[in-house]
Amino acid sequence: MAFRHKHILGTEFLSREDIELILDTAESFKEINSREIKKVPILRGKTIINLFFEASTRTRTSFEIAGKRLSADTVNISASSSSVVKGETLEDTAKNLEAMKPDIVVMRHSASGAPHYLAERIQSSVINAGDGAHEHPSQALLDLLTIREHKGTLEGLTVAIIGDITHSRVARSNLYAMQKMGMKVRLAGPGTMVPPGIEKLGAEVHTDMREAIRGADVVMMLRIQLERQGKTMLPTLREYAQFFGLNTENLKLAKEDAIVLHPGPMNRGVEISSYVADGPQNVILEQVENGVAVRMALLYLVAGGEAKE
Amino acid sequence: MNMLIKGGRVIDPAQGIDEILDVLIVDGKIAKVGKNLKGEGETIDAAGKLVTPGLIDLHVHLRDPGQEYKEDIVSGTRAAAAGGFTSVACMPNTSPVNDNKAVTLYIRNKAKEEGLVNVFPVGSITKGLKGESLAEMGDLKEAGCLAVSDDGRPVASGELMRRAMEYARPFGLVVIAHSEELSIVGEGVMNDGFVATELGLKGIPWVAEDAAIARDVMLAEFTGARLHVAHVSTKGAVEIVRQAKKRGVKVTCEATPHHFTLTDEAVRGYDTNAKMNPPLRGADDVAAIRAGLADGAIDAIATDHAPHHIDEKNVEFNIAMNGIVGLETALPLALKLVEEKVLSLADVIARLTAGPARALGIPRGTLKDGAPADVTIIDTELAWTVEPSKLLSKSKNTPFAGWRMTGAAIYTIVNGKVVWQR
Repeated sequence: MAFRHKHILGTEFLSREDIELILDTAESFKEINSREIKKVPILRGKTIINLFFEASTRTRTSFEIAGKRLSADTVNISASSSSVVKGETLEDTAKNLEAMKPDIVVMRHSASGAPHYLAERIQSSVINAGDGAHEHPSQALLDLLTIREHKGTLEGLTVAIIGDITHSRVARSNLYAMQKMGMKVRLAGPGTMVPPGIEKLGAEVHTDMREAIRGADVVMMLRIQLERQGKTMLPTLREYAQFFGLNTENLKLAKEDAIVLHPGPMNRGVEISSYVADGPQNVILEQVENGVAVRMALLYLVAGGEAKE
Repeated sequence: MNMLIKGGRVIDPAQGIDEILDVLIVDGKIAKVGKNLKGEGETIDAAGKLVTPGLIDLHVHLRDPGQEYKEDIVSGTRAAAAGGFTSVACMPNTSPVNDNKAVTLYIRNKAKEEGLVNVFPVGSITKGLKGESLAEMGDLKEAGCLAVSDDGRPVASGELMRRAMEYARPFGLVVIAHSEELSIVGEGVMNDGFVATELGLKGIPWVAEDAAIARDVMLAEFTGARLHVAHVSTKGAVEIVRQAKKRGVKVTCEATPHHFTLTDEAVRGYDTNAKMNPPLRGADDVAAIRAGLADGAIDAIATDHAPHHIDEKNVEFNIAMNGIVGLETALPLALKLVEEKVLSLADVIARLTAGPARALGIPRGTLKDGAPADVTIIDTELAWTVEPSKLLSKSKNTPFAGWRMTGAAIYTIVNGKVVWQR
């Protein structure tokens, strides 16, 4: 089946078949990552720009490694979003990049919608590596790959996503993608962190985290972004941990074979206790490993790559 | 300046007129409205057309002085004339701010010499729009301001707003409130709700507007000042004003065409031409604005004409400027309310003439004998398409690009002189 998308702006725009193709492709790439020579010539001669307007270690490195393993030339640009105030506009940045003829631009930006803006203005493919509180499609796809590997299937699974839903692009991308794959999504978070109308997107919203976790196949904890929430969203992290932190006690409410995901970076002792983070049910580092494979798949598919190895 | 407008359907809500009549203009004033009138000078055949008092927009930003790259008094009044408006009230958030006599006089003089329509400058409530101390309202009044406003930002301090109303009242100044509780607005950039949730944009909830309007209406009740509430956009805001009027509070309010036409769905695709303040709201709010226009809770249709340069809109949504140009699209959008059976034609004209005239306290918006001869002749059938590049405003920031419109001003007559003809 052919992949029709030039850009990956969000899981909202992907079909179930698209997602299956991405996951299958990623699975086939995983083998490359365990070879001694971790490089294939699939994207040789292609130029990929990783354009990061927001600090990121994991995602940027993951995209960079993914590009390099496929033999593409990758360039990293880190720019501060705040520099737009004194510096160049996003449109000018886009035009300048365009002039250098990249094949793919991977973009992270603090403004929701920024990758859409870029995609409308340049010829290259654009992959959204996280925009504001909107979407983070590659994260959701690597989450799905990880879950599928453990559960064998995605259809019919129940997932609990716990934490700051309002500010989470990971939650939105997963909400779209998981439902397309036939999964049931439950959400829970403090009253200040559950956005209006989210239930209209198909999620079951709980006020008590324990109700969300009860009987779940997958528990996904979201990072509390201390730098974003200011002082008005939460009284204390201590209280947050008490009501919305995952620990060995409340994890028992989930299915016995439930797995625990976290997009990282973790705040140990806040949204997740170290016992759980390092415990037998955690698959957090597998998510990171799968991240490289999923991003290889995305780069390969949007580059319109033909026969795989 | 003598003129005879023959055979049009004359609607003058202030006098309860709606029939086929002639309008005679002598020396820039309305001499007579009646049947089979004869006169010297130019004759305009208005058969099959609508003849109304000149439309009044009591909320525009002309950006002059200081931001002439967006608009100036010449281009802004030309856009007004093309939209059928014969009078506009311009907000004081210019550079420098219209917080003193010199700026007011500059605006009035330039408007008189180069402008196409009547311009009524609105002075600021506080010096520099800073919300710290009162502007010299007495001086502003003497220089020709009829109203004061810190439009674009609210007067955050309740105490200062109270004093502003107490001080403005004996000068007969209308206080125009841009009511917004900034501590609730926070970092919001669009209406708070499902669309904001989906788009991952921070929301501005209705309560930020309603809470502020409630305060300002109560302060008007307390001080006895004349309050006009700018651009109401929520269901609650309309209801607060409606109830206050019933209690006898001296309050009027306006709504914009975009708030009775569009919902926050227009923001999808991160369209910065759908970014305004107050933001486009939900369908319930739009219905409430329409109901308010119908029952008179809302006195006036005002555009909040807010020209911005393309560079200020062609950016990420969260840093784009608020507002749209409105002068050239307001009339057909208002007429659409007739087609959709929300308002009668006479009521639509009332909200564009007598309503704003009363809110601002000017002897216009009517075709009474002796009134200044501001007249708009409208072809209610004329179909046209909004092409931003053809707008006369210097700025092209409209969410209505490509819209099919029905109805346009074909003559705009100011003080007896034709300033626009289509």
